[in-house]
Amino acid sequence: MDPFDWGVIARSMDFLAAGMALSALLVVVATLGGVVGGAGLAALRRSPRRFLSAPAAGYVGVMRSVPLVLVLFWFYFLVPLAIGRPIGALTSALVAFVLFEAAFYCEIIRAGIANVRRGQSQAAAATGLRPWQALRLVILPQALRAMVPVLLNQIIIVFQDTSLVYVVALRDFMTSASVIASRDGRPIEMYTLVAVVYFAICFVGSYALQRRRKLNYR
Amino acid sequence: MNYQWDWGVLLREPYAGWLISGIGWTLLVSAGSWVVALAAGLLIGVARGLPNRLIRLAARCYVELFRNVPPLAQLFLWYFVFPEIVPKAVGLWIKRDMPEPELVTAVVAIGLFGGARVAEQVRAGIDAVGRHLLPAALATGLRPVQAYRLVLLPVGLRAIVGPLTSEFLVIFKMSSISLTIGVMDLTAESRHIENYTFHGFEAFAVATAVYLVLGLLISAAMSALDRRLRPAAIPT
Repeated sequence: MDPFDWGVIARSMDFLAAGMALSALLVVVATLGGVVGGAGLAALRRSPRRFLSAPAAGYVGVMRSVPLVLVLFWFYFLVPLAIGRPIGALTSALVAFVLFEAAFYCEIIRAGIANVRRGQSQAAAATGLRPWQALRLVILPQALRAMVPVLLNQIIIVFQDTSLVYVVALRDFMTSASVIASRDGRPIEMYTLVAVVYFAICFVGSYALQRRRKLNYR
Repeated sequence: MNYQWDWGVLLREPYAGWLISGIGWTLLVSAGSWVVALAAGLLIGVARGLPNRLIRLAARCYVELFRNVPPLAQLFLWYFVFPEIVPKAVGLWIKRDMPEPELVTAVVAIGLFGGARVAEQVRAGIDAVGRHLLPAALATGLRPVQAYRLVLLPVGLRAIVGPLTSEFLVIFKMSSISLTIGVMDLTAESRHIENYTFHGFEAFAVATAVYLVLGLLISAAMSALDRRLRPAAIPT
């Protein structure tokens, strides 16, 4: 076999681009769904009623202790069973990602709220705000400011996580590259490309985040 | 939803045996990766705080490289690409004669990925105690190497037992990606049982439960370690 043939990348560009589009779709859905679900879970966990907070805490605990690969398998198996008919890997992967990442976003949101000093909610209460008003007008604006960098960083982690849909043969960027690697017998070129592309995106993303954070603290 | 429950399937052979061996492989990959991650993390974490700029830059490159490429891509690089780009004799040995190639590759890949994360914790630990202790240690006449070995590392590592526990759990969960190169770990075996028996609920539930229990055991062991070390820790 020839030592290297980087032309394979150019020849499979369309296929790879479609894979990257799917990766992007997974990231967007997982992030939006995860933030909404995470906010709901965080609200439940903060509830003083134990029958609300305990199940939410249990859910978050379980999701955070099992491998994402197992969660993907779970929903690949469960979603068709729940719907009653076979369904593509994409739907089950999207459900798995939203439900999995919701647990992580829940913890980020909870930590953000917990880090606002206690005096703030006491002061808000003293000015006559109701608990919900205090949360909405005093606590959340401060918590959000602290949360945003962590939330953005989580998007980079989610992007890396999406490569794991390989295990249910969903053709994201990683899987598309691996399909071509084995079809054309070019693992060196394709996996190098995969590493370079993921690195470029994640490194630039996290570098920009770090810079932003430094500027904010100055 | 019509589903035939049969928890007994998990106790029948060969499925019970598959589960047990899956747990064994998961523990093996996790433990091996943790050793590699701790070794790499200590080395790189210390290197990130050294006065030599070149060493510091190299250590920083390591961390950025291994943190910003998805672990699955790293695993494939080690498995499919690494044997092709090393000198031919080495590549041939890896492909033909290396014992347990999948296990070794998974341990190296997951370990070096974890090493970048551990390195960040080690650096934070040394940073936290080093500012006060390094000048003090040097003032007592210790050489820099001794100051690290006898003062900064022992005290700094004690301060980061908590974060290291989380890193251990990350690696423990990450061990499941080894199934993509053919290691039949716990996750792989639960899928295996599902494929053969169509009892996915039971198989995945038991795998989930085992991950939970093992995770709790790891946390408990690490916090016991933390408590044992704490009285000796120097307040900073």
